[in-house]
Amino acid sequence: MGMTIAEKIIAAAAGVSEVKPGDIHTVELDRLMSNDGTTHLTIDMYNQLKNPHIADVNKLVWIVDHNVPCDSVKTAASHKKMRDFAREHGITFYEGAGVCHQVMLENHVTSGELIFGADSHTCAYGAVGAFGTGVGCTDYLYAMVTGTSWLLVPETLRFNLTGKLNAGVYARDLILSIIGMIGANGANYMAMEFGGEGLKTLSMSDRIAICNLCVEAGAKTALMEVDGITLEYLKAHGREPKHRFASDADAHFAKVYDIDLSTIRPIVAKPHFVDNVVDAKECAGIHIDEAFLGSCNNGRIEDLRVGAELIRGKKVHPLVRFLVVPASAKVYSQALSEGIIDTFMEAGAIVMNPNCSVCWGSCQGVIGENEVLISTGTRNFKGRAGHKDSFVYLASAATVTASAIKGEITTADLL
Amino acid sequence: MEKFSGKIWVLGDDIDTDIIIPTQYLALKTVEDMAPYAFSPLRPELASRIQKGDMIVAGKNFGCGSSREQAPEIIKALGIKCVIAKSFARIFFRNAINNGLLLIENDALQATVSEGDEITVTINEAIEHKGCTYPVTSLPENLVDIINAGGLVKAMRRLNGLD
Amino acid sequence: MGLTMIEKIVRNNVGRDVKPGDMVTVNVDRVMIHDIFIPFVAAKFEEMGFQRLWDADKVVLIYDHLVPASQVDDTRHFRVGNEFVQKYGMKNIHRSDGICHQLMTEAGYVKPGNIVFGTDSHTTTYGCVGAFSSGIGYTEMASILGTGTLWIKVPETIRVSITGKLPKNVMAKDIILKLIGDLGADGATYKALEFTGDTVKNMSVASRMSMSNMAIEAGAKCALFTPDEKTAEYCGIELTDRERDLEGDADARYCRVINYKAEDFVPVMACPSNVDNVKPVSALEGKKIDQVFIGSCTNGRLEDLMAAAEILKGKKVAPFVKLIVTPASRKIYREAAANGTMAALAEAGAIITHPGCGLCCGRTGGILTDSEVVVATNNRNFLGRMGTSKVEIYLASPKSAAACALTGKITEP
Repeated sequence: MGMTIAEKIIAAAAGVSEVKPGDIHTVELDRLMSNDGTTHLTIDMYNQLKNPHIADVNKLVWIVDHNVPCDSVKTAASHKKMRDFAREHGITFYEGAGVCHQVMLENHVTSGELIFGADSHTCAYGAVGAFGTGVGCTDYLYAMVTGTSWLLVPETLRFNLTGKLNAGVYARDLILSIIGMIGANGANYMAMEFGGEGLKTLSMSDRIAICNLCVEAGAKTALMEVDGITLEYLKAHGREPKHRFASDADAHFAKVYDIDLSTIRPIVAKPHFVDNVVDAKECAGIHIDEAFLGSCNNGRIEDLRVGAELIRGKKVHPLVRFLVVPASAKVYSQALSEGIIDTFMEAGAIVMNPNCSVCWGSCQGVIGENEVLISTGTRNFKGRAGHKDSFVYLASAATVTASAIKGEITTADLL
Repeated sequence: MEKFSGKIWVLGDDIDTDIIIPTQYLALKTVEDMAPYAFSPLRPELASRIQKGDMIVAGKNFGCGSSREQAPEIIKALGIKCVIAKSFARIFFRNAINNGLLLIENDALQATVSEGDEITVTINEAIEHKGCTYPVTSLPENLVDIINAGGLVKAMRRLNGLD
Repeated sequence: MGLTMIEKIVRNNVGRDVKPGDMVTVNVDRVMIHDIFIPFVAAKFEEMGFQRLWDADKVVLIYDHLVPASQVDDTRHFRVGNEFVQKYGMKNIHRSDGICHQLMTEAGYVKPGNIVFGTDSHTTTYGCVGAFSSGIGYTEMASILGTGTLWIKVPETIRVSITGKLPKNVMAKDIILKLIGDLGADGATYKALEFTGDTVKNMSVASRMSMSNMAIEAGAKCALFTPDEKTAEYCGIELTDRERDLEGDADARYCRVINYKAEDFVPVMACPSNVDNVKPVSALEGKKIDQVFIGSCTNGRLEDLMAAAEILKGKKVAPFVKLIVTPASRKIYREAAANGTMAALAEAGAIITHPGCGLCCGRTGGILTDSEVVVATNNRNFLGRMGTSKVEIYLASPKSAAACALTGKITEP
């Protein structure tokens, strides 16, 4: 019986020749990422252990990204705890370098790895063919101390992509459409695997955006076939693949979806669920107070270019706060050198340092009571972006930028 | 002249506006919401212990720093009847007058009082403490006018023919 | 009998000679309100019963302390501000362009000889272009919005003369910190400061701004620099004779005259937790730090960022030390992006935020916790200003701050 990519990675990490969905295996983990959302809790638990130790400190990467720069005394204390611990134990540590998943993909992750991240969007690493999955701090602590964990082999949903996205339609529209199609729990406990000829038309940035959001369909992980684009990306970042897996021809999939990319249209996910998707034009005219271009989902240079192209020579609507937040310091420097930062500044945007910003809602850029945000972030749950009585619409970089100019939701072609 | 007595809280020199009310609480909706955080960087317990009619005795340069008018408003909201200090920062001084918070400059009292002592104040005349009397200077006439009107808002309402 | 600069400005405004101690009612040329206080100003204005602004063109509203919003109720201030702007027909509003004091001069709202009030203590800044400007509370602001006037007491003047050439590692910030240390935190209370001497004449308007900005930390009502060709160029105007005459007369009466030799200045820092607790950087060398903040209306200008970048270029911020850079305005950010300053800072590892008050006002932008030490270029190091009351804040020039960021310790530039 053939195996899927997820099964192959787990088999390799478990040191067995074959696994099947439903099996539970003890796996050796390649990397353990944790950010300032929960690391302080992990440290507290670690310090209560009878015999605390770290199995392999080289596997740990800790990243301060959620509240940068720090915005409260409480957060300052948890950052300090994280910083002091990292320094004491020699843990690879980033602060202010960008959103954790982007920093991981730029600097650490490679194909075929099995990675735990103490953050739900860790599934982003599937873009380079790595099995990334989000865990809580107890699971994280166990992995930190032992270097291993147990893992239930997930079933796999296969998405065969064909065709090509039309101009003005983005990977973001694709993954929101897929989540809308299968529902917010449509991939619960499962792996979402993407392949086919259509995949080859998608850039690494597109692939990250797609995999990153799979958790919003409940997925345990997301995986993409490794191809020339993947290898080129890894090479450009100074890394070699660990494994180069593709699903076998006779692999078992729980379900197979065929998606023609040319049928995808600009999409908006309405409050308060990611699967509450409609054609973007149905939302045209909805008043907005804030627009956000950024996050691990859509804050890469490719996304900023889309926004900059649209806004060049135009102005942000005077009553809209348009937050532009590069996903990493590398993205910021690139955007700076391309003049994109200046384009946004000239247009009246608020260009913030790389961080999670309003995507995470407890940081700079929060929205107030009854306010409306259109966002390239990952979630639109009730209260996610600030006040409990506020509204978040998710859309592509193009739709968000167009809306920021208009002062109401609109698509780029209607500008 | 009005005369009143009360218990005093003793503070030092350069009690700045960030001590009186830290910036992180400045966007709370009302002065009443902010009042529990008054003096919190220096003495977190103080706001909850101040009783209506108490007074503050401080050193030089009381209220230095920001123009935040919440500083005198919060002191007033806590029930403080007046602040006696060796000197006051100028923006705080104006803000206090405009809100009807009585300020008295006196540089002799500090050497003899202890926290919790009772003092008696006669406005524009003197402070009495344990049998000693400390004379105080009068406020300029235009400021007395604002205080007599009940603060600047009331003075302006009168100007606009509202009261 | 000659006049000091402040006496001339007030005389020109009220149309008769004045002397220190006189209570006069002045006609206000411009006012500035920022986001923290606009809801209070608006409420008081309406409570006072005013129906219209005395002159909408003279009112400037600037969002800077709360940009971007860090608490869920912050955006209420924007909503109230926007409603006020619309209701009373205001045109001068900046919603994310930078710090109020930077914008007031940069955007041309303040000219030499003007009398300007703002709902912020650092309104003294505009003395850099020879304007009498001072901070007031929101109740007085509301009354000015209705009447266009305010009573003031004409202050006595302290004349500060600085002559000679500054050492290379000394910036205007070191001068003003030294002066505050010498005067004490209340040494200029109710008084005007007047700066003169060839050192001051050779300074950029930006450097003068750092000094006038911090005058309030000695309690000063205002801090004045005589308008000159640099002022004219900065303001984009030709100076009139009346503006040129805004100089203290040789026979004017000063309550105090302080003379400094530029060569005597050394890099200094204001140590916790008072701005007048000033010591030479050399005496503090080696103290471990956790964070550096370069920004604020005191030191977030292009020349400040460039001075820091010159030190940081091609190097990296010390491990586990954060360098936070917050430019004072959108214009400065763009200029720094255009001339490579931003790239140099970013390459060194700086966290570059959107222009605004940032950490200086202690709501966000790099809050710290117990036992942490920060070297910052802003204007206040009060207890609890940037986090808990156990945070140690050292105020320094951008050059000193950049030097500290590289070593992770207090270091002379």
